[in-house]
Amino acid sequence: MIASERKPIEEILGYLDGESKVLVVACDGCSAGCGVSDPEHAAETVKELEASGKSVTGTVRVEMTCNAGLTALMLSQHLAAVNAAASVLVLACGAGIQAVAAAVDRPVHPGTNSIYLGGFQGLWRSEPRCAECGNCMLDYTGGICPYTACSKSLLYGSCGGPKDGKCEVDEFVECGWVRIYQRLEALGRADRLKEMPPLRNFQKMLPVGDSRRSSLWALELTEPEKAEGED
Amino acid sequence: MTFKEALDSQDFVITCEVAPPKGTNMEHVLEEAELLRGRVAGINVTDLQAASMRVSSLATCALLKQKGLEPILQMVCRDRNRLALQSELLSAYVLGIQNVLCLTGDHVVLGDHPESKPVFDLDSVSLLQTAQGLIDGHDLSGNELEGLPEDLFLGAIVTPGADPVEPQIYKLHNKVRAGAKFIQTQAVYDVDTFATFMQRVADVEVPILAGIVLLKSAGMARYMNANVAGVFVPDSLIKEMTGAGEKDKSARAEGKKADFRTKTSIDIAARLIRDLKPHCAGVHLMPLGWGHHVPAVLEAAGL
Repeated sequence: MIASERKPIEEILGYLDGESKVLVVACDGCSAGCGVSDPEHAAETVKELEASGKSVTGTVRVEMTCNAGLTALMLSQHLAAVNAAASVLVLACGAGIQAVAAAVDRPVHPGTNSIYLGGFQGLWRSEPRCAECGNCMLDYTGGICPYTACSKSLLYGSCGGPKDGKCEVDEFVECGWVRIYQRLEALGRADRLKEMPPLRNFQKMLPVGDSRRSSLWALELTEPEKAEGED
Repeated sequence: MTFKEALDSQDFVITCEVAPPKGTNMEHVLEEAELLRGRVAGINVTDLQAASMRVSSLATCALLKQKGLEPILQMVCRDRNRLALQSELLSAYVLGIQNVLCLTGDHVVLGDHPESKPVFDLDSVSLLQTAQGLIDGHDLSGNELEGLPEDLFLGAIVTPGADPVEPQIYKLHNKVRAGAKFIQTQAVYDVDTFATFMQRVADVEVPILAGIVLLKSAGMARYMNANVAGVFVPDSLIKEMTGAGEKDKSARAEGKKADFRTKTSIDIAARLIRDLKPHCAGVHLMPLGWGHHVPAVLEAAGL
């Protein structure tokens, strides 16, 4: 499971500055289990958006948003709501947010920070698209993760390395930052690159104290001990 | 005169890089630096260039400084996290080194320790921001400093021949906003491309020094065209180098000593410098092992 937390509503509203109509995509997978995107909490987010004067064109629930094909299919069944929205707010892990970004020609905003793999492999089985960094930057980078798409995990733009749009590390891998630039350009948002967001906080990659103190975290440690006691 | 004073003087400025050795024999690098005395405004010292392990830029800069030369410390973000980078900036300053060129750095897989951990905790832009923060009196966590590196003089690089070039231009502006006071570029061989680039960044108010890499052979030119990002050597220059190589061959076949290749290489670099001069504040030479030819290049360029 990829554990996630919802971003503060102020941060989400900041992304939506100047936009009135937004579509909400909520995942029924890991982030639902974290109390971020389950029907109850997704509805809460919608309510908060509406209370702040935003018009929500619909809520699309996807079984596993990280499954890009399924996500595209579900979105195609809600085309009217997609087309009516200026942008999309995604309540899912970073992999899910990027799957939505790849499926729609609208700016996509992360509604969550993915914080860590709660003991399981993420469901998406190809490239690692979410680093569970805890400071989701997908709003700034057009829905393509700079930490996983760039070989150097650069946050402030392309290095001098890409040649013909390919990475200096592997000529068959596309440069993440050229992709980000091209995506932003296509969305009319290339000027976002003039911004310099805060530095990455690596502390956020540590599982939060609460979850480390939980019985779930301690399960593997305590069970063998119990077994010993029973002997 | 410091490098900063040279740039402030509005004269055409020349810088040149030297590379520390792999091992402790400093003789060659110090000789190359000595050749540059009085000829350049600053000597860049590369930082584990091409991701290969060698003597540090800091130690080499300190030796140059002791000899009364004007070093420009190159710092890449590949090998150190934000603690070590900040510490090195302060360390450089207490050793009397003021000029720092901030780079992201080549990835470790391109170097001689491809299995090592690439750091990239910061990148070129955030390193500039961080250094500017130190100048302003605080570290990255906001802690106050006792004694400020207030005369640090920060620079950055740009690749004018990148394709697409727009991401480079966005980043160049961010580098200047973050604190870069001078810019040195990746190698330029095509004057027209460079002139167009300079028009597009005319609103950048810090001096830009065009990068000159000595073309050692036609093979090197073809290699760079195939493998080095943002570097394009036009066919005409490749032909010139091929011609020189052939002249050398036939002269040697007749038992004569000949070195048309070196002469042509020097001519090409000198011509590039003259042609680039109207478009930029200066040039930055990267001789890549041919440091002993730099005085001849500058002479041929009339500098």
